[in-house]
Amino acid sequence: MKTQKISLLAKGLLVLVAALFVGTLFVPMWRIELQAPQYPEGLVLQLYANKIGGDVAIINGLNHYIGMSTLHTENFFEFKLLPIIFGASALISLLLIFIGRRKAVLIFLVSFLCFIVLSAVDFYRWNYQYGHNLDPNAAIKVPGMAYQPPLFGYKQLLNFGAYSVPDTGGWFLTAVVVLLCFIVSKEYQLFPKKKQ
Amino acid sequence: MKTKFVKAILTVAVGSALLASCKPKNSSDAVSGDAAQKAYVAPGKYDEFYNFVSGGFSGQMSVYGLPSGRLFRVIPVFSVDPEKGYGYNEETKPMLNTSHGFVPWDDLHHTEMSQTNGEIDGRWVFGNANNTPRIARIDLKTFTTKEIIEIPNSAGNHSSPFITENTEYVVAGTRFSVPADNSNGDVPINTYKQNFKGHLSFVKVGKEGQMDIAFQIQCPGVNFDLSHAGKGKSHGWFFFSCYNTEQANTLLEVNASQKDKDFIMAVNWKKAEEYIKAGKGKLTPTRYAHNVYNDATHSATSEIKTKVLILDSKELKDICYMIPCPKSPHGCDVDPTGEYIVGSGKLAALIPVFSFDKLMSAIKNKQFEGEYEGIPVVKYEAALHGEVQKPGLGPLHTEFDGKGNAYTTFFVSSEVVKWDIKTLQVLDRVPTYYSVGHLCIPGGDSRKPFGKYLIAYNKITKDRYLPTGPELAQSAQIFDISGDKMKLILDYPTIGEPHYAQAAPADLIRNNGQIKFYKLDDNKHPFVTKGEKESKVVRNGKRIDVYMTCIRSHFAPDNIEGIKLGDEVYFHITNLEQDWDVPHGFAVKGSSNAELLIMPGETSTLKWTPDRVGISPFYCTDFCSALHQEMQGYIRVSPAGSSVPISYSLGTNLPASDKK
Repeated sequence: MKTQKISLLAKGLLVLVAALFVGTLFVPMWRIELQAPQYPEGLVLQLYANKIGGDVAIINGLNHYIGMSTLHTENFFEFKLLPIIFGASALISLLLIFIGRRKAVLIFLVSFLCFIVLSAVDFYRWNYQYGHNLDPNAAIKVPGMAYQPPLFGYKQLLNFGAYSVPDTGGWFLTAVVVLLCFIVSKEYQLFPKKKQ
Repeated sequence: MKTKFVKAILTVAVGSALLASCKPKNSSDAVSGDAAQKAYVAPGKYDEFYNFVSGGFSGQMSVYGLPSGRLFRVIPVFSVDPEKGYGYNEETKPMLNTSHGFVPWDDLHHTEMSQTNGEIDGRWVFGNANNTPRIARIDLKTFTTKEIIEIPNSAGNHSSPFITENTEYVVAGTRFSVPADNSNGDVPINTYKQNFKGHLSFVKVGKEGQMDIAFQIQCPGVNFDLSHAGKGKSHGWFFFSCYNTEQANTLLEVNASQKDKDFIMAVNWKKAEEYIKAGKGKLTPTRYAHNVYNDATHSATSEIKTKVLILDSKELKDICYMIPCPKSPHGCDVDPTGEYIVGSGKLAALIPVFSFDKLMSAIKNKQFEGEYEGIPVVKYEAALHGEVQKPGLGPLHTEFDGKGNAYTTFFVSSEVVKWDIKTLQVLDRVPTYYSVGHLCIPGGDSRKPFGKYLIAYNKITKDRYLPTGPELAQSAQIFDISGDKMKLILDYPTIGEPHYAQAAPADLIRNNGQIKFYKLDDNKHPFVTKGEKESKVVRNGKRIDVYMTCIRSHFAPDNIEGIKLGDEVYFHITNLEQDWDVPHGFAVKGSSNAELLIMPGETSTLKWTPDRVGISPFYCTDFCSALHQEMQGYIRVSPAGSSVPISYSLGTNLPASDKK
């Protein structure tokens, strides 16, 4: 198998990737925005690598009407794991510069994509659990109604519109994927230049 | 390669932009261009309607004009009002007397105007006290509280003060069930089911408005909520919504929300009258205050009554019937024809509408699904006219426009929804800012609504006005409902917290014989001073009675000496003016009481206990003339054992000579 040293540009971009991973540790990755007539200012739930942020207390207060369990950072093992994963990914990105093999970058990209898929599944699982696992004694019980927030995009839940989208960190990670794809495509010359 | 990178970034950017665009926009202010014109009442012009708005936790009732939303007056009812001396002067203190003694505050939730033949007649408006159960009657000739009656065996007087179509009765249903007054109340709280009872009170209203508790119906312990009288064909019946039929005594927000259906209780009060005639009522000991303000003496008196007539809903079978109603019903509204009864379950996603005819035939044919605590429960479908499907979330209250339409407020989805009573089709919906509670259409719960405006009384204000710290303005919104679509024309802030309100055409109130001033000749106050010559100061032991007059712009007397520390001074001040809009005020330095605000021809009394030796000035607080600032006087307070004699004068106490 042919091994080839990666270009200087790729190395430079890998530094950027590492920086993005580090940045992700400090900003929210995902946000679920809630809107209702009586909340013109909106409510937001922000998922950081290591905690739940935003209007958690207000949202927990509202959710008690429908019997949804309250959200607490310590109930999710993910918030312990994610900082390690992102920290490690930052180090690996830097390491790739010294390894300098395009295959290594490819493996890293594929692993990272797998991680994203797993994360999405995990996120869906939690959403499902919180949306369906309702206290049977709740004040508001609408037959057949579940309150699972959307994995991605918009959904109406009673008087609340829920809007689930990436936050800053999510866009950082999107940029990571874009950059890694760019490096891989360039190094493997997946799109050879057309002859002028 | 560079271009590809740019393309990739662009793709992400465009993708996220699309994503953002699928997010619904906030409901914006849907104010049409001519809104200002519709709510505009030019300076010097009159409004079309008087709007009597409950003051909620202010305990008072406010009077607004429609459609301008201008505040005219705050009528003190259940809370003291130092501005007007209400509850501070000797004349009005008895108005706030109860079986618990003097109560300075309450929570006024609902207003109801007197009716004749189901139409608003402009004589009185009633208000309920929610905390220490009472009903007040406000006379619309003077816009003052004339009578307050306490409701025994009750707590949280919420289904009140709704009236029958000829003002035969004003009712009071208890929100809290509690052990009856004549039973031992020292019981464990968790014996609710055995020991707690709900009482519905029917207060007879006389020709002159005088109130008297005719009877109470003892019902199972539940929470009674809102109520409305039948009208037209259903006259003779009263409908009360009730929740907590689970009979929970703790964490009601969960434990009283367990049953899919609670009830609307239909009460045949004509039948109750028959039972009373047949001697079926039990005269039961209790204690409640009945306070009456007398216009001739300008004074209130309070009487404690000790008996009330009770009918038992379990024993007397055909007075009460339960109609199942979904999800802890709150509003209970009867349409202008008297045929349709609208129940609003505060957690429901539909509105059941019951038919009076079907209810009558269900009762006649005994279409019952069982009994609740000895009261027959009519089958839901047997009484049901139909359900309004998907109207909104959390329906609360319904009013009517007299054109076959109903308007229901939705707290959770924060909107007013217009629907057709017969077809049950939703016709229109408008957002409110935010979370509307009650609504009002002039005459909207009577047989003759004036369906031109609709006012929504909101529970949340948030960003609608300039912010004022943590506590924000309370808010009402006026909609023009004369067309097919409801149109928002004005936001206006209110006092206290507005709950229910009523409105009536301005002419009906303006031309009801309103009083411009009280005739001095008719003043029967025991301490009246009908002229300056009669003014005097009388010592009786430690009690000093000052018979004082006021007229533009002096008090008589205005120099008083001979008051001693330890005296109790009563200023009985008569306003000698006999013209419209010339009140005088009275305030004395260091008084731990309030001021007096005395209408022309009226006498008011301020009790003052001087706390130090010296000169205490007093003055008129209501700007009365160009020489208002000259309207003042002095009182000399001497030590307890002083030999200074009582003396008083106006204009004769000339400067003492310089020489000693």
